[in-house]
Amino acid sequence: MTRGNKIELLRFTTAGSVDDGKSTLIGRLLYDSKSIFEDQLKAIEKTSERRGLKSIDLSLLTDGLKDEREQGITIDVAYRYFSTPKRKFIIADSPGHIQYTRNMVTGASTANAALILVDARKGVVEQTKRHSYLASLLQIQHVIVCVNKMDLVEFNEDIYEEIIQSYRDFASKLDIKDFDFIPISALLGDNVVDKSKNMGWYNGPTLLYSLENIPVSNDFNKLDFRFPVQTVIRPKSADFHDFRGYAGRISSGIVRKNDEVVALPSGLTSKVIAIHGPNGLVDEAFAPMSVSIELEDDLDISRGNLISKVNNTPNISQELDAMICWMDSKPLNLTAKYFIRHTTHEAKCLIKEVVYVMDLNELKRVEGLNNLKMNEIGRVKIKTTQPIIYDSYRKNKTTGSFILVEEGSFNTVASGMII
Amino acid sequence: MSSYIFTHLDELESESIFVLRETFAQFENPCLLFSGGKDSILVAHLAKKAFYPSKIPFTFLHIDTGHNFIETIDFRDKLVNELAVNLLVGSVQQSIDEGKVIEEKGQNASRNRAQSVTLLESIEKNKFDAAIGGARRDEEKARAKERFFSHRDDFGQWNPKNQRPELWNIFNGKKQLGEHFRIFPISNWTEMDVWNYILREKIELPSLYFSHEREVVIREDMILANSEFIKPLTNDVVKNEIVRFRTIGDLTITGAVRSTAITLQEIINEVSMARETERGNRADDQRSEASMEERKKEGYF
Repeated sequence: MTRGNKIELLRFTTAGSVDDGKSTLIGRLLYDSKSIFEDQLKAIEKTSERRGLKSIDLSLLTDGLKDEREQGITIDVAYRYFSTPKRKFIIADSPGHIQYTRNMVTGASTANAALILVDARKGVVEQTKRHSYLASLLQIQHVIVCVNKMDLVEFNEDIYEEIIQSYRDFASKLDIKDFDFIPISALLGDNVVDKSKNMGWYNGPTLLYSLENIPVSNDFNKLDFRFPVQTVIRPKSADFHDFRGYAGRISSGIVRKNDEVVALPSGLTSKVIAIHGPNGLVDEAFAPMSVSIELEDDLDISRGNLISKVNNTPNISQELDAMICWMDSKPLNLTAKYFIRHTTHEAKCLIKEVVYVMDLNELKRVEGLNNLKMNEIGRVKIKTTQPIIYDSYRKNKTTGSFILVEEGSFNTVASGMII
Repeated sequence: MSSYIFTHLDELESESIFVLRETFAQFENPCLLFSGGKDSILVAHLAKKAFYPSKIPFTFLHIDTGHNFIETIDFRDKLVNELAVNLLVGSVQQSIDEGKVIEEKGQNASRNRAQSVTLLESIEKNKFDAAIGGARRDEEKARAKERFFSHRDDFGQWNPKNQRPELWNIFNGKKQLGEHFRIFPISNWTEMDVWNYILREKIELPSLYFSHEREVVIREDMILANSEFIKPLTNDVVKNEIVRFRTIGDLTITGAVRSTAITLQEIINEVSMARETERGNRADDQRSEASMEERKKEGYF
């Protein structure tokens, strides 16, 4: 097993209601893919025994903090890791209950795929809809709907078919590119890593097989070069006296030596003369590489500026339309100024108007409220003190996303996706 | 590079470099917590790449418990010299002498908890507003919930219930006077990733990681390096063994494993077949199921 150098990374998030067996499913994935170590197993065996359980409770593997162990529920986003010879996986495990929409949004923000759990006995419920809506709002490319607890409905095919039909009807209204359905039993392991012996009628892949084969690299936008500048590297040493490297991580697209580029918001143009990758000079670089770029001309470029190609530039505006998720216990204050942090840039802003609030149970727009409270999502109009260089979130997750920070406490109070 | 395939190690490297550059850009006076272990060596290596051809713009801070392996200290001094960075040492012995911490007594006494006091003191005294560490989320349950930018109040404490949400790759490092941040650029790396990357990049490590013969104390399931800091117990067995260390902490708490691995490739083969997580032989985590969380709340790194 010396692998490890040619495998890709897939980040996925898991969502389900409190009792859908999400922690058990993750525990099962880790256990059956042999990602659990002996000492971890020993610790949960001990705990299971102490609680008088007959078999090991795999959910104990992922329920991290002390309070959760006491309550028996997950209360924050926890990150888990496992790998197979084909891929490394990062799981953002976010809780399912209603008051923690903010955690699910957090977990979903970095994910390429989402697992949505449905309890086979209950079918598609409000929470399933809410989670699917969030996956669509956060533009997660691939959704896998796991119909769990099939063992409790006697592995019945008709029940499964009914559930996926009702999910399809509802999901046709959402903006999700690709979704799959898998009937599983996380508790017994059916169709998680190994194919189920109890559901001969199901011919599709197991969950792990799906996760190993979801395309990842195709998700990157290769057309629109966007490079938010993090900092300027100026060694001022004898060997590199005039060196100016614009350092950042490419958000999307490809840049090559000799490309004509423009610095925004100034609009000044120049030519790329060198690209420094993590291992030295390269002729081209692509998202999501961290590089530093040298330009032919000495332009005044600093943190918060963005470099793009001359013939393909993002939007610039001080007025934004966005969907935001409110994440703080203190509700939105329409008279307060907030910091808006967008790529590497920061400005101040005012929320001028809440156009509508999403009713997350009915998935309907409610107009006329003009406010947002913790865990609510709504469409807003924002006015910023400085121009924001952006793309729509649908087109580019990096240049299309932002957070709002409260002035006094400096807490992150909202996350936003530009329309 | 015609296929635009990015491996998981490339992606982790790129993410860590991004976080290190954010730290430099968002803080006035960051330090890099350097222990001489492989994770902090990795962070130093990534920092070198992030700011090339400039020098690493962070002061290195080593919290010296006084119970270090001599090999660790030698390695530290050599690396600091090569990188031409500034090194500060915070001494736990001094904190004990000044009466700021009370040293643990008893058979498995260690200076692990005492480190937090010295660390917070060094941060305050030098006005560091960010401390970069090599902690990884896969190490331990409480660490699985850490942010990349982890806010600490003016007592240096972590509040796991009230962490700032961290979305996309937008890091909020804004803080009040007196508060600081802990920064964890290699949060998403696993032990296996670290080893594979060290192999790929041919990163030099202290000799302790490779198999060697030394005098050890065998105490129940633990194999400890024998030293003046270990209080002998009646059932201890002292003898020579061929061992290596999977993590490097203090002499009093770092357990060795029997191993013949003398190359990085052999270590990787061993790690990929290992049956215990690397912290499994750290006596500091085994005190109770919630022990890491308790220490982190107090300011442990």
